[in-house]
Parts: sequence; structure tokens; C-alpha cells
Amino acid sequence: MTLSPTTPGGEHPVHPVLAYSTSLESTDIVRLDQLHERGLFIGGAFVAPRSGRFSVTINPATAQPLVSYAEAGAADVDAAVAAARTAYESGWRDLPGKERAKYLYRIARLMQERARELAVLETLDNGKPIRESRDIDVPLAVAHFFHYAGWADKLDHAFAGRTARPVGVAAQIIPWNFPLMMAAWKLAPALATGNTCVLKPAETTPLSALLLAEIIQEADLPPGVVNIVTGGGATGAALVTHPDVDKVAFTGSTSVGKEIQRVLAGKDRPTRLTLELGGKAANIVYDDAALDQAVEGIVNGIWFNQGHVCCAGSRLLVQESVADEVLDRLKVRLSTLRVGDPLDKNTDLGAINSAEQLERITELVDAGVAEGAEIYQPECALPEAGYWFPPTVFSNVQQTHRIAREEIFGPVLSVLTFRTPEEAVAKANNTRYGLSAGVWTEKGSKILWTTQRLRAGVVWANTFNRFDPASPFGGYRESGFGREGGRHGLESYLELEPFPSPSPPPSPLPSPSPAGLAGGSGS
Amino acid sequence: MTDDRLAVRRTLKLFVGGEFPRSESGRTYPVVTPTGATVAQASRASRKDLRDAVRAARGAWAGWAARTPYNRGQILYRVAELMESRRSQFESELVAGGSSEREAEVEVSTAVDRWVWYAGWADKLGHVLGTQNSVAGPYFAFTIPESIGVVGLLAPDDPPLLGLVSRLAPALVCGNTVVAVVGGRWPLSAVSLAEVLATSDVPGGVVNLLTGRAAELAPWLAGHEEVDALDVGGADVELSRKVAFLGADHVLRVINPGRGECDWLAESAQSVAALTAFCEMKSVWHPMGT
Repeated sequence: MTLSPTTPGGEHPVHPVLAYSTSLESTDIVRLDQLHERGLFIGGAFVAPRSGRFSVTINPATAQPLVSYAEAGAADVDAAVAAARTAYESGWRDLPGKERAKYLYRIARLMQERARELAVLETLDNGKPIRESRDIDVPLAVAHFFHYAGWADKLDHAFAGRTARPVGVAAQIIPWNFPLMMAAWKLAPALATGNTCVLKPAETTPLSALLLAEIIQEADLPPGVVNIVTGGGATGAALVTHPDVDKVAFTGSTSVGKEIQRVLAGKDRPTRLTLELGGKAANIVYDDAALDQAVEGIVNGIWFNQGHVCCAGSRLLVQESVADEVLDRLKVRLSTLRVGDPLDKNTDLGAINSAEQLERITELVDAGVAEGAEIYQPECALPEAGYWFPPTVFSNVQQTHRIAREEIFGPVLSVLTFRTPEEAVAKANNTRYGLSAGVWTEKGSKILWTTQRLRAGVVWANTFNRFDPASPFGGYRESGFGREGGRHGLESYLELEPFPSPSPPPSPLPSPSPAGLAGGSGS
Repeated sequence: MTDDRLAVRRTLKLFVGGEFPRSESGRTYPVVTPTGATVAQASRASRKDLRDAVRAARGAWAGWAARTPYNRGQILYRVAELMESRRSQFESELVAGGSSEREAEVEVSTAVDRWVWYAGWADKLGHVLGTQNSVAGPYFAFTIPESIGVVGLLAPDDPPLLGLVSRLAPALVCGNTVVAVVGGRWPLSAVSLAEVLATSDVPGGVVNLLTGRAAELAPWLAGHEEVDALDVGGADVELSRKVAFLGADHVLRVINPGRGECDWLAESAQSVAALTAFCEMKSVWHPMGT
């Protein structure tokens, strides 16, 4: 698609000689025909769904169908869990860590080799800019496999004084905002620790997981160690409630996470659970911040991945004395954001992932206007087909407004102000969520003071939305529990027990009690 | 004590916000020895008492969490000191509750030593549970353990003193405040522990102890939005399920130390795992540059 020869803001016509022309990533590398009705990845092979059902996944940038994918029913989930159980008990559990490690390294390398294909496919299915899938999603997914590969044979060093053994069969349900990266976050630590997996990608973004299944096949991972079942909510429910699952790891909305927690509460088999849920992160900008950097951080915080980010900096808390200046600079910066074809390498904001999500964003933005917040959207031409929403800033937002309390999961920033650091912290923590937060100031002691008081699992100081497999990620409060990444990420997939005592412990009281000093035994 | 002197009995009360109220409900329940003798009436905490206790715990949390770990460690060690000095009282209460003298002695010793063990962890948690994160970029990044907030605790029935201490101590180390429901048959030990805590350096509201019926109080505790985590060590399977279900409304962390299977006297009943379960992990990033 082509955009008009103006800046995205549309305010300053560009001389025709300087007209913008797109720089489109080719889609030739992706073989959609081979993914069409590819089936479910169970026991090391792609199999037709016993359910006989298929759904269509669309390209949100065009609203055109991409391919049909299988919708796993209860029998399919059953088969996948059985395959995982067999693989667990027949070898994977007992495979030496150094051998598990080599499989993970192999997967990482194969992903690197097919990085371009993964990136293009991700952008087609998800709608995110190719720049992000190419430079962030895919490299981070690869990095997760590399990182956890190295842990597989070092688990004895990870938890001093404790022995580590795997949990068993892990059911893993991932969202549509970072499909491949979330698959890697789930699979890599689970495999490194000797578990087997049944992974369910989101219903609007199943394709990169299917390509990952091909890679896993090519890596000769033993059949059944990873199973991938595509489908919607019913598939996920069948997986979570399956009686032979030992561990559930879910990333997605807080409401679904709560439902999973309820369901598992009543399950006979004790099932470990980790939840990575929604967020409403505060991004605090003090008056002594480097404002240009802060503005870049604000932009990255909320407009990265169209704001489809659970840890997005969706509440900007800016100190009153610099609020006008920050808002002015932000508006200028917004006018340079390029919204459009996700395959254009210059695109900053791609498509909204689905009609349903677009509807939710629109509904909340309407509520923001209705509740009296002041809306700003730069002029920008949105493509006619597909699902799009312009970058949006609300100022004069009150803490009671829905746009200040509810997760919008879209390119919408709510701006609130504060006067003192104490007020900033109080407002930042005034949420049921607690996934992430940001703080911007040039004063080191104020960073640490603020960081210490923010109730969030990840705090970015003078930066935002940084991710790394070596950095544990996860929430406080209703943003979930458990951590993914780093040594802490191993814990979710391990039973940790104290080392067995080398000899029976001595009797606690071999001799008369020293209690005599305290004035008699009272008997 | 001379034969003609009448003993002064103790009124058993709740411990909320550093004070000793009776239940606002006016309810009590008899404390009965294994031989069937009623030795006292314990306060039977109500939903309102529980809400007061949660409010007290929430109020005390910021201050307790902000203490230096060194300071928290000393304060918890002081609890061990005071328990040791009152061990005859703790032992005789356990004996009255059906323990043999030797059992009572071992239980009190283990409970005191458990405080000492956990107290020493306060300024080592960061070493052992924290990490410096070697990220692929110019950032200084680290992860540190922090408190979760207000922790509800369904204390194990048995052993009456050691069960409670084994769960209370690790919950306090990293800066949580606690509302403990002591629902067991023998609440005397918990009430005496409250009296130790009240005269220790533990700030009021950091520990709140409610005697009463766990089955009655636990659902309110689990459903209270200001309760961030709930230890179900003293709950049976049915109650554990119920509170996990109710707590899901606000993503309650349900901590299960192993239900009835735990040998509280064993070394393994004190563990890094217990401490970890009572912590949140916070990851912090900052760029490096000029």
C-alpha cells in the first residue's frame, strides 16, 4: 500500500522530490500454502484434528484470510497431553541436562537460520511492524532458547541447597501480542528443566508456532516433548482442565487468568500455576528528567507493538511543572510516527490485531471522551482495509476514569500529573495491576527511592520496554504471579526440595535442656 | 504459690494492631484439654475482627517493609530471646494441651531456634534470591526480593506453637505483615506468642493473631482485596480449594507448604523455599552511558 506524499502528520506537505516511498519487506520467503490446514503438532508429527474443525486466521492489516488452521478439540488435547506424558516418562525427564541443552541450542540456531521467514510470518499474522518482529520478537525468542539451553546442565548450581527435578507435563497458553516470543518464553525454560509441553497459541496468531513446530521437528527433538495445539478458548479450557497436566503457564488477560485460577482450585491433581496477566503501568516523569529521552521512552512505552503490550506504559504520570512541555514535545513526536503497512520497514505502528480488539480500544477511547478527558490524535491517514487505530493521547485524565484504570491494550496513552514524589508513587500504585513501571529522572537517589516504592515486577528507570532472557519478568498483584526469564524463570518448572540429609539428624535434645538458664522447665 | 491463694486466670484475647481486644462479636469458645477439662474461654474472632486485623496489617506494612533487613533480623531474633525467657510458660501450656513434657520441651526449643534461623536470613535473602542480570545491552539490571504485602495465614493445628511459628517467621522476614487465623484446638500457645510479640520490638500491626474457626474466617480472608497472599498450611483440602477459588477474584497468591504432610520438627520445615514463597521479585533496569 502507498501513503500520500505528506508527513504522517499531514500538516506539512512534502516536496514531491522528497515524497515518501515505501520500503516493503517481501513475503516470498513465507510459504503460506504449506501452512494451510497444516494440522496439529502432536507426538512429533503434524496430524489432522480429530475434531475435524478448522478456523481461518487473517492478516489484520488487510482483513484478508491467510490460511486455515486446525481447531483442536478435547480428543486432540487428550492426544497431545498423552504424547507429552509418554515423552516425559520415556526419556526426556531422565535425559542428561547437557543433552537437553544441545537440543535447545539446535532449535535456537535453526530459528536464527529461518529468522526472516519467522519475522515476515509473524508480521503477516499479527499485524506488527516488520521492524519490530525482525529486530525484537524473533531475536528475543532465539535468545530465550540460547539462554535456557545453557541452564539445562547447570540446574544444580541454580538453587543452592536444593535438588531440582522437573514438574512433568506443562500446559502453556500464550497470547497474540508476541506469538513467537511468548512461545519461546514458555517452551525454553520448561524444556531446559526436563518437562514436556503442550503449547496453545492464540486463536488469531497460530502461524509462527506452527513454523516453530517445523523447526522443532527439524531439530529432531524427541516426539511428544513439544506438542502444539491450535485453537480458541475451548481448546485452552480443555488443556487447562486436563487431569494429566502438572503445570499450567498462562499469559493473557487478567479475567481469563482468574478463571484459570478458579478452575485449578477445584482440580484433583495438584497443578502448579503461573500467570502473567494484564497491566496498567505508570510511567513517571520527574521535572528533572532528560525530557527528550523521556519523550522517546514514553513513545516506546505505549506505542511499541501498537500498545498491545501487557507491560505498556499506558499511564503517563508527569510532574506538573513540566507537564505542558512534555505534552507539547510528545505531540510533535507523535506527528512523526508512521502508521501503516506492517511490512513497510519504516512503519512505526502496524495494524490492530483483530476486529474484536479494535472494538475494545474504540469503546474505551469513547469512554475516555465521555468521562471528560481531553483527546489528542495526530492527523494520519489510516489504510482503508484492515484494523487500525491512530496513536492517541488523553490529557486531563482523572484516576477514576476508566482509561486510567482499565487495560486498553492499544495505542492509547492516559496522562495524569503529580506534584511530589510521594504523590507520584501513590498514583502509580493506585491500580489493581502491578506488572511494570517506569521512572525518569537524572537524579540517581530519586530513581532508587521511587523504584523501591513502586509495586511492580519490572521497573525501568530512564528506559522502558526492555526485555531479556536473563531478566526475570512477571507481576505483582493482579498482574499475576511467577517469573519468566533468568534463574527465577526456572523455578516455575521445577520441584525444589532440600538436599536429603546425609545421616539421620541428631536428636534435638540429647542432653538436659539449656532452658534451665531461663528459670526452670515449668513442670 | 501457697495452697490458700486463688490463681489469677488469664483472659484470652485477640491480638490486633498491637492491642488485645476481645472479639467485637462477644463470642468465645471453650478451650478444652484432651481430658475434657475446660481451662479457658478463647475469643472467637468474627468477620469484623478479621477486617480490623487486615486494616492493621495493611497500615503496618509500609513501615515494616521499609525497615532495613538488618533491623528486621534483630527484631525477629529478639522474639526468640523473649520466647526462650518464657519457655516454662510455653512448655506448661503445651503439656496442658496433651503434649508430654519432653515433647513440649522439644517443640519450644525448635520454635525458638526457628526464629533464630529465620532472623538470620533477613539480610541474606537479597544475596541468595536476588540476581544481577546479564542482559544483552548497555544496562545495569538486577532482581531483588521484596515483600508481597499483607499475608493471611491459616496456622497449622498441630503442633500448636511450632506450626504457627514455622509459617509466621518466614512470612515476616522479607517485610510482609500477617493476619494469622489460629483455628486449632489449642489456642493457648498462640495467645502466649501474641503476648511475647506485644512485648518484643515487632511493631504493632505487623502480626495480628485471631483465634477462632478457620473454616468461618478463611473465606473472608481469601476474598479480602487487601490480602495479597494466603498460606493454607493449616487448612484441609476442602478449605484450601475453597480459599483458592475465592482468592482468584483478586489473583491471591496461595501458598501451600505441604498440607498435613509436613514434619514441623524436621530441619526441612525451615527452608529457603518457604522464604521464597513469601517474596515478590522485582527486576530493575537502568541504562549505562555517559
